[in-house]
Amino acid sequence: MILKGKSWKFGDNISTDHIAPGRLFHLRSNLPEFAKHVLEDADPDFASNMAKGDFVVGGNNFGLGSSREHAPQIIKIAGVSAVIAKSFARIFYRNAINIGLLLIECNTDKIDSGDELEVDVKEGVIKNMTQNTVIQFSPLPDVMVKLLNEGGLIEHIKKHGDFQLV
Amino acid sequence: MGQTIAEKILSAHAHKPVKAGELVIADVDVCMVQDGTGPLTVQEFKKLGKDRLANPQKTILFIDHAAPSPRKELSNSHMVLREFAKEYGAVLSDVGEGVCHQRLIESFVYPGEILVGADSHTCTSGALGAFATGMGSTDIAVAMALGKTWLKVPHTFKIFVEGDFQLGVNAKDLILYLIGLIGADGATYKALEFHGPTIKKMNMSDRFTLANMAVEAGAKAGLFETDGVTAGYMRKRGCFQNYVNITADEDAVYERVINIDVSKIEPMVSCPHTVDNTKPAAALKDVKVNQVLIGTCTNGRIEDFRIAARILHGHKIHPDVRCLITPASRDVMLKLIEEGLLSAFVEAGAAIVTAGCGACVGVHAGILGDGEVCLSTQNRNFQGRMGNTAADIYLASPATAMYSAIMGRISDPREVLYGSETLRIYPHEKYI
Repeated sequence: MILKGKSWKFGDNISTDHIAPGRLFHLRSNLPEFAKHVLEDADPDFASNMAKGDFVVGGNNFGLGSSREHAPQIIKIAGVSAVIAKSFARIFYRNAINIGLLLIECNTDKIDSGDELEVDVKEGVIKNMTQNTVIQFSPLPDVMVKLLNEGGLIEHIKKHGDFQLV
Repeated sequence: MGQTIAEKILSAHAHKPVKAGELVIADVDVCMVQDGTGPLTVQEFKKLGKDRLANPQKTILFIDHAAPSPRKELSNSHMVLREFAKEYGAVLSDVGEGVCHQRLIESFVYPGEILVGADSHTCTSGALGAFATGMGSTDIAVAMALGKTWLKVPHTFKIFVEGDFQLGVNAKDLILYLIGLIGADGATYKALEFHGPTIKKMNMSDRFTLANMAVEAGAKAGLFETDGVTAGYMRKRGCFQNYVNITADEDAVYERVINIDVSKIEPMVSCPHTVDNTKPAAALKDVKVNQVLIGTCTNGRIEDFRIAARILHGHKIHPDVRCLITPASRDVMLKLIEEGLLSAFVEAGAAIVTAGCGACVGVHAGILGDGEVCLSTQNRNFQGRMGNTAADIYLASPATAMYSAIMGRISDPREVLYGSETLRIYPHEKYI
């Protein structure tokens, strides 16, 4: 699977409050509307200017904070094809995989905002077409690949009737 | 080879010996959601097509994040939870009963159990010797349906704490100090196990404060051995029959050991906008505060308010400061009334807020204005956390918060307790 899109670069410690602010708590029951505000507190222009298939690129500890699954949900609903970061917070990582949002962990120093990226998920390669560079990333753990391929945790349980992960 | 607390509890619930790094399917004893995460859980649960909960008496739905509801959309979400609880026989904790984490340790969780909750501070119950961890709505929907979850057994950091706290310094200062030391992602995917003579002497309230904030260092759980203090707490709760001994083995394997002498720790403050941006309160005396919040699941217990009341004694809240008092639960509110602390706070100029999470999570009852500064006893100071990205949030202990509310600026509570000449300031870098 090859994903193509533009990079939107964010810094370290992008919290779930940046992604899905508490002041918009009332939109949690209306995720398509909430998605129009995704990452608003980190970049107010992101939601209105991004295109379907673009990538969110972060630094260290992306997604720290709340357990609110609405954070990865609205990133996915907005049409982001993957979040690429140096590292992720634990609950955000798990939530993203459970709902089928692709996360890639790698060094993002050589990706700038606006760079055109091509991501080969299977080969673990990001081609930065703008800077003409290549970044490699480790494949996802088997349990994550299985959940992503099956369409997330709910679909996995519906298919097997129980956990078939270990 | 010996086991850590996490390995022991997860072995018992996976029905086989497990060690750090393994993936396991583990039975779950208690599941919980709150009004921010619960409606999505209900939606995902219904997709599974199950007609019953695995364990309805230990599936709890809390209405605490927007309680009482400030707008109709949230009132409608509350209705979803009330209807679900009724239909499936789950437990409902409604407006005014309190913050989920406080209610769990008051009434629902026992040592040795596994608790999974759709709230990141679920780790609070780790102070009772339970493996308690935060997850998202989908994970909890599946745990509610199947009575189990999948987990990676975490590697553990041993936090060995010794020494006596200076007067005016307590558990909150210790956990802020620790997070400042290891960083907001310093313990990602790990469990923190708290040991040492200082921990043994610590009351349950202080242990809850430490466990509550384990997630602010990225940890999956903050764990404590059970002992006489835990047993006494369980007896007071009226559930001593559920007490069990939870200990780590002498030869348990730890990824890292961190030694801390608390006698060298001074009152600490987390500065905007990350919890690990810590400085001594004494170094921040030029920071004026507009709002002080004492309460939340981190420091809203009666023990915290007793400390605040001791600092307040004979003083008034500074006229430029709004001081909000939010007890963590109805039970704490009743104790505040019984002990006369509620009237003391109100007389001094504080405002009392219903037990719940509203101000801390930026939903209602304490939203900050542009450029305003809040000093809070809560667990998070991310940008925008209290409803405004143009405001600054500092975190501190109840003692520091109340003394700062009196002074109108961030202030070191040892000034009022010792007199300013007797302050013992240690260089920040030499703590351990």
